[in-house]
Amino acid sequence: MEQKTKITAEDGKHDLLITREFDLPLELLFKAYAEPEIIEQWMGTKVLKLENKKHGGWQFQTSDAKGNVVFQAEGVIHAFVPNQKIIRTFEMGNASFGVQLEINEFEKLTEDTSKINVHVIYESVAQRDQVLKLPFAYGINMAHNRLQDFVIKLK
Amino acid sequence: MNLRRDVFQAIADPTRRTILLLVASQTMTAGAIAANFDTARPTISKHLQILTECELLRQEQTGREIYYHINAKQMKEVADFIEPFRNMWDARFNKLESIMKKYKSKK
Repeated sequence: MEQKTKITAEDGKHDLLITREFDLPLELLFKAYAEPEIIEQWMGTKVLKLENKKHGGWQFQTSDAKGNVVFQAEGVIHAFVPNQKIIRTFEMGNASFGVQLEINEFEKLTEDTSKINVHVIYESVAQRDQVLKLPFAYGINMAHNRLQDFVIKLK
Repeated sequence: MNLRRDVFQAIADPTRRTILLLVASQTMTAGAIAANFDTARPTISKHLQILTECELLRQEQTGREIYYHINAKQMKEVADFIEPFRNMWDARFNKLESIMKKYKSKK
């Protein structure tokens, strides 16, 4: 299956762009970012807090079967414009990846298709590259077997 | 078979996963790694030994210090790094799409 997600990360820059087109109406795509129960399903993490408004905060947390917290991330929402835009900061707990600024733009293509542009700005080039090098840094919030897949590739 | 050499066993432990994360962002000595945990130093040494045995980490002597590195040979070019990163987002967005398609049909 063709991968629809595109990543643009130019050498020596401290940002990157993720774009993706969906076979979904704009309203449904935006809903997937706005409703905690839906976020929990596709992000594979627990949503402890999500205040969808300017100056609101958000907090995600993932625990393993024994209840140990394996992933934690939090941030502040700077803009929340339904069906258009979510601007928020993102910081991972217990990690040295700094704070990211995430500009999520939602776009209507047709009645049944839509697109998201995610512009992520990191504190430095080095930090961006660290995050890029480490899909498993994010992967920790996913199922354990995704981490296993990654390790198999490393071997 | 030595179970401790099993990578899956190695990464099943949250402390070891955190160690991998730390070392992945920069090479570190055992002391610097241990400083990030409240756990006793010998416990961290044991974790490092397990990670080294299953070749997730590799040791490199620099002067009197031993530094730990992530053993990820193929991760040399930014272009290569992007692929697993992109796969991760693609999988995540695929999931979003299928969840919302079901959501739509339920209504």
